[in-house]
Amino acid sequence: MANPFSAVRSALEQVSSVVWLLIDTVVEMGDRIMQRRFPFRVSTFFEQTNRTGVGSIPLVALVSFFIGLTMALLTGYQLRPFGQEQLVPQLVAVAFTRELGPLMTGIMVAARIGAAYTAELGTMTVSEEVEAIEGMGLGPLRYLVSPRVLAVFLLMPCLVVVSDIAAMCGAALISRWAFDMPFQIFAESSLDSLLIRDIVAGTVKSLLFGLIIGLVSCYRGLTVRGGAAGVGAATTSSVVTVITTVIGFDTLCNVVLVALFDK
Amino acid sequence: MSAEPPPIVELRDVHLSFGETKVLGGVDLCVTERARLTVLGQSGSGKSTLLRLILGILRPSAGTVFFKGRDVTKMSRRRLNRIRQKIGMVYQYSALISSLNVRDNLALPLEELTRMTPAEIDQKVDEKLEMVGMSDVRDKMPSELSGGMRKRIGLARGIIMDPELILYDEPGAGLDPVITSVIDELIVSLSEKIGATSIIVTHEMGSAFRIATRMAMLYRGEIIAAETPEDFKNSGNPVVAQFISGNTKGPILEQAASA
Repeated sequence: MANPFSAVRSALEQVSSVVWLLIDTVVEMGDRIMQRRFPFRVSTFFEQTNRTGVGSIPLVALVSFFIGLTMALLTGYQLRPFGQEQLVPQLVAVAFTRELGPLMTGIMVAARIGAAYTAELGTMTVSEEVEAIEGMGLGPLRYLVSPRVLAVFLLMPCLVVVSDIAAMCGAALISRWAFDMPFQIFAESSLDSLLIRDIVAGTVKSLLFGLIIGLVSCYRGLTVRGGAAGVGAATTSSVVTVITTVIGFDTLCNVVLVALFDK
Repeated sequence: MSAEPPPIVELRDVHLSFGETKVLGGVDLCVTERARLTVLGQSGSGKSTLLRLILGILRPSAGTVFFKGRDVTKMSRRRLNRIRQKIGMVYQYSALISSLNVRDNLALPLEELTRMTPAEIDQKVDEKLEMVGMSDVRDKMPSELSGGMRKRIGLARGIIMDPELILYDEPGAGLDPVITSVIDELIVSLSEKIGATSIIVTHEMGSAFRIATRMAMLYRGEIIAAETPEDFKNSGNPVVAQFISGNTKGPILEQAASA
């Protein structure tokens, strides 16, 4: 049986390595700014934003639409015996804005983009491309990590908005069909229930999840050892780690937010 | 009598271990300017590691590595990156960026590290491609090139910043004898044209003698011989003699069996 202390120690080492990756990336970017140069390649950044943001819209929208639809259907049927189905829009709006939007988007982006980052950087590592970039004095963290992490960090809130809107559309559609709720009533009721606090909480979470996805997946890619098998193992491990970390941080955020603001 | 050129690279008592595994155990090596030094040794003897120490990719467990009198082992990342611009590295498997075409692979360091205009960059890329005889593959992706072509593009990328020192990691590995000779001739002509010092890691004896102005042998983590090709060929050291002849009888296999 694995020693629990060594497992904890290994986990803490990995966390500190990810933090150092962030610090080193910022330092490399800072060095570049001191030389009065742009800290990363703009074209690479836009390629990554296109891939992370635009490329993820269909998946995020579709999955969120179905979850919103199912959520409205199930909660509506539960509330109907009490004549409270008019609460469905509020329930879906608050749940998605504050909780499910960032969480589901985080999981989908982790699976789609986190895996791609790890596999891509892992392949570059085993084929010595990363070392070549370092050997030329280009700064691999600035060149490879910063555009990827920034893209997923900045695009996550946008994807969460897409997720929220898609979920509301799904919920509105099913509410119209199953509970005879007009679209206008659904929209007004949802908007009335939304609080700035919930929107801010969702946005902060999405930024945090974006940072976690970007850093962990890049770290896993840059530390790949052992050829093609190593890339495969690192990609699987990266997706599992990122999804677990995102859910863990989501729980932590909820505890903190409830403790601070929902008393 | 002509004065000895100054050293460009100097390793002093360099030790390196990965965990329990000792790779280098006190390497002393001096490479003078404009020399073409081939470092010979068995597979896994730490030859490529030596290049990574000079480039500052790896840091030694003990000892110092000097480039033009400056200790690279104690340099900050910023200074090390500046030094690396004066060193070109040609990798065993070329290590071209697979997502960029040939032109962009060569242009990358120029775009990132200099303030050259796109027209100047294009001109320089064309010039280097012409030097390695690869002008017609400018727009091809690395995956569309053969091993020999990739090696030549890797060479062109290695010299794109007009380095003072070029490091070659197994330049003939995986190539047929004719292409290997072409690469060898290219290494000699490039080092003469741009006046750079070259350190070539190889275990192919033919290439080593064709290229070298000096030869060194790395054995069991130490440099056991560093001399001119002529002296190397007539070396009285039994390990060097066995390595050159490729004989199965001798100290290399005997010591490996007893280790």
